[in-house]
Amino acid sequence: MSASGDILTVSALTKHFTVGSMLSGGRKVVKAVDGVSFSIKRGEVLGLVGESGSGKSTVGRTILRLSPPTSGSISFDGQDITNLGRSALRPIRRKMQMVFQDPFSSLNPRMTVEELLTSPLKIHGLSTEPGARQKRVAELLDLVGLSANHASRFPHEFSGGQRQRIGIARALAVQPDFLVADEPVSALDVSIQAQVVQLLLEIRKRFGLSILFIAHDLAVVGYICDRIAVMYLGRIVEIAPTAELFRMPRHPYSEALFSAAPVADPKVKRQRIMLSGDIPSPLNPPSGCSFRTRCRYATPECAAAVPPLREVAPGHFKACIRDDLSLQNWDGKTGA
Amino acid sequence: MRSIRVWTISMGERAPPTLVVENISVGFRRSGKLVPAVHDVSFSISPGETLALVGESGSGKSVTNLAIMQLTPPAPRSEVRGRALLTCKDGITRDLISARREDIQAIRGNEISMIFQEPMTSLNPVRSIGDQIAEAIMLHRNMSKRQAYKETTDLLALVGIPDAAKRLDSYPHHLSGGMRQRVMIAMAISCEPRVMVADEPTTALDVTVQAQILELLKRIQEQTGLAIIFITHNLGVVAEVADRVMVMYGGRLVEEATAAQLFEQPLMPYTSALLNSVPRMDMAGRRDTVLEAIRGSVPDPASQPAGCTFHPRCNHFVPGRCDVTQPPLETAGDGRKVRCLRWNEIGATA
Repeated sequence: MSASGDILTVSALTKHFTVGSMLSGGRKVVKAVDGVSFSIKRGEVLGLVGESGSGKSTVGRTILRLSPPTSGSISFDGQDITNLGRSALRPIRRKMQMVFQDPFSSLNPRMTVEELLTSPLKIHGLSTEPGARQKRVAELLDLVGLSANHASRFPHEFSGGQRQRIGIARALAVQPDFLVADEPVSALDVSIQAQVVQLLLEIRKRFGLSILFIAHDLAVVGYICDRIAVMYLGRIVEIAPTAELFRMPRHPYSEALFSAAPVADPKVKRQRIMLSGDIPSPLNPPSGCSFRTRCRYATPECAAAVPPLREVAPGHFKACIRDDLSLQNWDGKTGA
Repeated sequence: MRSIRVWTISMGERAPPTLVVENISVGFRRSGKLVPAVHDVSFSISPGETLALVGESGSGKSVTNLAIMQLTPPAPRSEVRGRALLTCKDGITRDLISARREDIQAIRGNEISMIFQEPMTSLNPVRSIGDQIAEAIMLHRNMSKRQAYKETTDLLALVGIPDAAKRLDSYPHHLSGGMRQRVMIAMAISCEPRVMVADEPTTALDVTVQAQILELLKRIQEQTGLAIIFITHNLGVVAEVADRVMVMYGGRLVEEATAAQLFEQPLMPYTSALLNSVPRMDMAGRRDTVLEAIRGSVPDPASQPAGCTFHPRCNHFVPGRCDVTQPPLETAGDGRKVRCLRWNEIGATA
């Protein structure tokens, strides 16, 4: 794939936060994102999975420039947006939008649906005519499976699934090319999740949208995404096409993650790879490979240096020095 | 080292039930009107068994269990009917619903205990975890302070907390979510109860930590013969832990089966729709599979549809029938139960 086919390219992105104060034992640096590189092709859905504290949400927020990166570069649509100022960012922001996890706190409770959907239009100077705006609101509501007479209602009058549809309609109002969806279905009831998942897939197909889909539910990510990046403690440890990753994970953390994911089929019998302990504190990550303290394949060499992300099969990258492993996939088989 | 009482369970046949719940109905008073939340739910659970209670928000799965423990708001704010017969450690069977306040306090924690989704909100943030567990032990097991702290240390070690003795002085905010849930479990098993209600105990946890907690519960169950009522909305977790499954919808029990039966061939259209609406791992990266979304949303308890509660969202809905008659809970062979007017026809045509 040529570089021009990419809508987003992220190189060596880092995002550090300073915590603590001089009074309480000194300031420390949390490397929430520590050298992340990936790209998203036009029309592609890239999944970003990892546990809490892995930095996946910070990646999403940083590439939208909702918080400034510490170092590295973000290139969107061929333009370097890493250091753009507010006004220079505005036209870019129209093209990249976000869908949030919690449809309860991400909609202003004092705005009607119409106001919620027209405010991005006003901000970006689109559909300035009131008549055109109203028409656009009706269009958007129809697009996400709501009806035009919902426009005058307030968010509290809707169920969680409907609110998430409103959140998606708001993101689509300015006709973006790229969407960051951060856990968009995890707060929803099981029967409602499928509706929203299908809606996202329809929109993607209809508008050729590129999506960064951030989630922890592997089955949902597997269903939606073309490629998946697995994050651990601020770094991408593996990235591969979806089917390939599910068939043959190559990083020990991916293996453990798949092994821990509950499978809705009592007939699947597999050996659980139990990770001991919790994810280490990002304040004080282990040297070398940050997963080595919980890895059952770790060797003394793993502590020596941070393993680079390297291509081990076409389109399949991993950050692990061991190539002699035969790892099991989600149903306990080895894909080799 | 602590001794754990072991109930012997004969394999194959079900041991006599520890808890028998009969016709529980719960209503909440909302601006003067009684809004029914749970309708006529009955079930039983035996030692060593895990019964999963599956449903979405508003299905009544949590309320049923709160009612059993007398944890619903006092009358007249709520109204509970039915019986919950628990065979206690002394061999006497007691009804939890009609038990007096002092009696239920002696039973809760001691005979039947509970763990919740968010351990941070169930633990006292200003007391050390050692104090909190030891208090329960001193209260129910008549131990000295010294003995209780010794016991607490053993319990923390049992639930896999490293450096248990040092952890006695830790406060809940010192611990990770997984560790807090382990503390909750230690507290819940501290009095060797016969039944544990686990209400979404792993929902707030990461998958690798969830796997650890599920494994821990399984180990404790094998060692003690604990009966676990596992409340969850996650069908994957159900498949991992459950012996039997009860599916609830709109405050009613709509299907009951063994886990194997339920995943192999669900009888109630809601169950099968639910199973088909969840992406499966084997669908990953395949564009030829389609999720079957269930249209509409979960009904509001205050304005439930007439007839079958699920009919407005059901693919097998027949006008004039499903929207008129409230289907009874029928026995469907093999100990299965289903609430659907058409389960027989649907099963035959599917």
